Amino acid sequence: MEIQDIIKPENLVYSKSKLQVDVISHYCPGCSHGVVHKIVSEVIDELGIQEKTIGVSPVGCAVFAYNLIDIDWQEAAHGRAPAVATGIARTNPDKIVFTYQGDGDLASIGAAEILHACNRGENLVVIFINNGIYGMTGGQMAPTTLVGQVTSTTPMGRTVELNGYPLKITELIAQLPGVHYCTRQSVHTAATVRRCKNAIRKAFQNVMDKKGTSFVEVTSTCNSGWKMTPVQANDWMVEHMFTEYPQGELKDNDKKG
Amino acid sequence: MGELRLMKGNEVLAEAAVRCGCDGYFGYPITPQSEVMETLMELRPWETTGMVVLQAESEVASINMVYGAAATGKRAMTSSSSPGVSLMQEGISYIAGAELPCLIVNVQRGGPGLGTIQPSQADYFQTTKGGGHGDYRLITLAPASVQEMHDFVELAFDLAFKYRNPAMILTDGALGQMMEKVELADQKPRWTREEILARSGSWATTGKTPDRQRNVVTSLELDSEKMEQNNIRLQAKYQQIEENEVRYEEILCDDAEYLMVAFGTSSRVCQKALEVLREQGVKVGLLRPITLWPFPSKVIGEMARKVKGILVVEMSAGQMVEDVKLAVFDACCCVPVAYTGRMGGILPSPGEVVEAFEQKLLKR
Ligand SMILES: Cc1ncc(C[n+]2csc(CCOP(=O)(O)OP(=O)(O)O)c2C)c(N)n1
Repeated sequence: MEIQDIIKPENLVYSKSKLQVDVISHYCPGCSHGVVHKIVSEVIDELGIQEKTIGVSPVGCAVFAYNLIDIDWQEAAHGRAPAVATGIARTNPDKIVFTYQGDGDLASIGAAEILHACNRGENLVVIFINNGIYGMTGGQMAPTTLVGQVTSTTPMGRTVELNGYPLKITELIAQLPGVHYCTRQSVHTAATVRRCKNAIRKAFQNVMDKKGTSFVEVTSTCNSGWKMTPVQANDWMVEHMFTEYPQGELKDNDKKG
Repeated sequence: MGELRLMKGNEVLAEAAVRCGCDGYFGYPITPQSEVMETLMELRPWETTGMVVLQAESEVASINMVYGAAATGKRAMTSSSSPGVSLMQEGISYIAGAELPCLIVNVQRGGPGLGTIQPSQADYFQTTKGGGHGDYRLITLAPASVQEMHDFVELAFDLAFKYRNPAMILTDGALGQMMEKVELADQKPRWTREEILARSGSWATTGKTPDRQRNVVTSLELDSEKMEQNNIRLQAKYQQIEENEVRYEEILCDDAEYLMVAFGTSSRVCQKALEVLREQGVKVGLLRPITLWPFPSKVIGEMARKVKGILVVEMSAGQMVEDVKLAVFDACCCVPVAYTGRMGGILPSPGEVVEAFEQKLLKR
């Protein structure tokens, strides 16, 4: 059989989501952001909510998310995405609103906004990329940087004396009654990508069902910032990040009684 | 004739917002303007017009909630007083950069720092010269009565949408707390989805439909050539606003040999001072800027050619006086421009203004 005979629509088993815009991604090869973008595009597409969804992009590497996923977007100031999303969702209750934020954005400069949005139980999806570092500005320490981890502002490794402890903000968020669903995922293997997609789909479905805040942390790699190859970064994440940030569900109100 | 009531300026801001069909108010308590959100919570507009009222966790959050709502083409507003408005500056710069319409009310109090809860006009520079980062302008309306506190809410929204630019009502604790008779407008409905799409569908985040490209609300552009073009576009818009939207009131200016310039509460004090001086036979007029930006430079320049001296009266160390001097300079005129005022939350008395006028302009 000739190859031309095989390349036909009816033989298609997998394709890029039509919501993924045909442009060259600005993400480094190996970065988790690209995989999570793919998942978000697929979920919005599969749920058929492109016309209802509004994304709020952060300040951080995902600042240009609006160039990559074909929905309406608003670009927030650093850390303010949950407040921006609150303004959108409150005045447009028919819309599906999500924020997409890094750990510097969500857990440092925007700690107040995320806690209060979640505590009010805003009807939002929050996608939280925890790569333990400030990717965009060149690899400085984040609140989630591990003790001993080398970054450009902790060249000898993070110390508790100077910088305190890694902030487990996802555990904090899970405590809040307004939060309906809170989970920690990763995207470094085919199996974890599938699990993460299920979690993100569930989060969007929750918002469609007006259940309140659904929070999905994706423990991520930043191989450029960590100064590793993509493979080394995946291994390092499993070995070090997963002990500090255990994977799996922290809360699911659907499973309560 | 609309409904007549005796009301506080702050309460009127709330009434006017509901009645003009505002979609959302987001605020954080601060004296001397807390009555705005308190009144809204009592009015419960979410049960009548569907307007959203939400107490935010900070002014940083409230201005960003406004930013979010405004991006969807809704009419959104916040109010605060000086320290809170300082916290909003980042958000205001983003809103101006993304060219979104919204309303911000600053019921000023004395600063700097935590300062005092008494009235002041010391945020003139912050409002008219930037405050946040970058080259941007706020359409700024300065009411001088409780009636204007009412009227300027709808006017501010109209101007904001006409130019896709944030508008500010710059008022102070005296006007916020004082009670006057006010004629309230009749209730207008909020815009429908169809009206919003017709007006703002080309840029607002209303949800991407197959008939159009995605709408992205952002102030970011990393390519400097394009970012300069964005700035040029903004400046062209600002020039248009300067040409079309200058507003001011002239009181006894026709035969004036001297001029006082004051806005808001100070202009009310000056009206009394003007009566006293006129009784003494001094031919003085009062020019009251209603828009602080765009500033009525042209008319002040024209007046400067006719008068022997100008006194600027402010509840600050003298901020607007710099714009008056620039207007006089631009008119190639060298008439003396003097300033008088009080700071720290004190209103100048009419007597103090008369005395300053006599000392500085009549050299008595
Ligand atoms: C108010 C403000 N402070 C600082 C910055 C600079 N800045 C841009 S991105 C960033 C950190 C982003 O890190 P993170 O949120 O972890 O996202 P990542 O880039 O790793 O995806 C900082 C500090 C800014 N843009 N605005």
